[in-house]
Amino acid sequence: MSTPQDEALSGAIFEESATLTVADLSRLCAVEEWRIVEFVEEGVLEVVEFDNHQWHFRGAALRRARLALRLERDLEINLAGVALAIELIEELEHLRRELEVRR
Amino acid sequence: MEFKDYYKVMGVARDATEAQIKQAYRRLARKYHPDVSKEKDAEARFKELGEAYEVLKSPEKRAAYDQLGQGPRPGEDFRPPPDWGAGFEFSGSGARDSAYSDFFESLFGGASAGAGGRGSFNSGRGQDHHARVLLDLDATLLGGTRQLSLQVPEIDAEGRLASKQRVLKVQVPKGILAGQHIRLAGQGARAPGAQTAGDLYIEVDFQPHPLYRVDGRDLYLDLPVAPWEAALGGAVKTPTPSGPVDLKIPPGSHAGSRMRLKGRGIPAAPPGDFYVILQIALPPAADDKAKAAYAALAAALPFNPRVNLGV
Repeated sequence: MSTPQDEALSGAIFEESATLTVADLSRLCAVEEWRIVEFVEEGVLEVVEFDNHQWHFRGAALRRARLALRLERDLEINLAGVALAIELIEELEHLRRELEVRR
Repeated sequence: MEFKDYYKVMGVARDATEAQIKQAYRRLARKYHPDVSKEKDAEARFKELGEAYEVLKSPEKRAAYDQLGQGPRPGEDFRPPPDWGAGFEFSGSGARDSAYSDFFESLFGGASAGAGGRGSFNSGRGQDHHARVLLDLDATLLGGTRQLSLQVPEIDAEGRLASKQRVLKVQVPKGILAGQHIRLAGQGARAPGAQTAGDLYIEVDFQPHPLYRVDGRDLYLDLPVAPWEAALGGAVKTPTPSGPVDLKIPPGSHAGSRMRLKGRGIPAAPPGDFYVILQIALPPAADDKAKAAYAALAAALPFNPRVNLGV
């Protein structure tokens, strides 16, 4: 186990500083680019811009992509199922928070 | 080390068919997968399940595992037999997020090098690392340094996946939201021969706060007020993330009335809002004076709250 250093490390909020390309997501998720393209085709990820013949994703796509990979691998479901599962999970999370807030 | 009864973990008989094992995995995976499960020990159970399935789904690994029998008597330490694995070919498994147990590694270790291709995605950089952390809400409301204890999964020199613990002092950016990542450049893996180190991505979530509830960038506070404060209105001292304010309650407010303080939620870009939700708190009818006051109020106000129930 390491000991903490003296100077605090500073970092940016990744989601605010980034629009991601397919290559970025591919690298961050350690999968090949065609998998990211597949995610878009199956509705798992949404492209926000099409600029210079390049797709751009919002920073929030990182979390979604990693979740998709986990669900696909661990629950052995196909991408159509993964896309649905993610929508339902996000809605559930939102509803749970609403419920908590309205108590 | 501790013997792991993979059949017990999966709830299947020792002579279960491949189909039965797959079925059991599907059912339990949905139950314990940390992204969808509400069970308390979901992460640990899922990790255990994944390992059990890794062994029982592969005919080679399962056959080798079956040779160990039912395991030692309780309390007895387990050791793999000296000629363990002779004649068996264990192929690698797919990419994983967490390390296998010592028990698994002692039997099948070195076979889990399925993640060997990962380095190639970083083109000359070290590997990126990902971790998750639970912060107190003040960390985002005010910003500030926090000492974070992180579990970082990484590939070691032999290509095996291990979970390393790191303690880092980090400046938390003010206004960060749950689900967002702090990116620490160069804090990932420094691979031999790589030009630069990879980055460390820390996904952030918040512990429950004693006062405020969080929904995205908005904060919510349940505010108890006296019946006359709601009915007659008035200024009520209210805690907010940026300090107490005098909140003007409009007359004719009731339980559940909401007031919005724009821009006083989480200081993200753009900042969220702060919502106050009124709760009516009843003064207790503890002594004769209080009882008399209530009786006087009842006499002065003809009020039937059940008028719409048809009784």
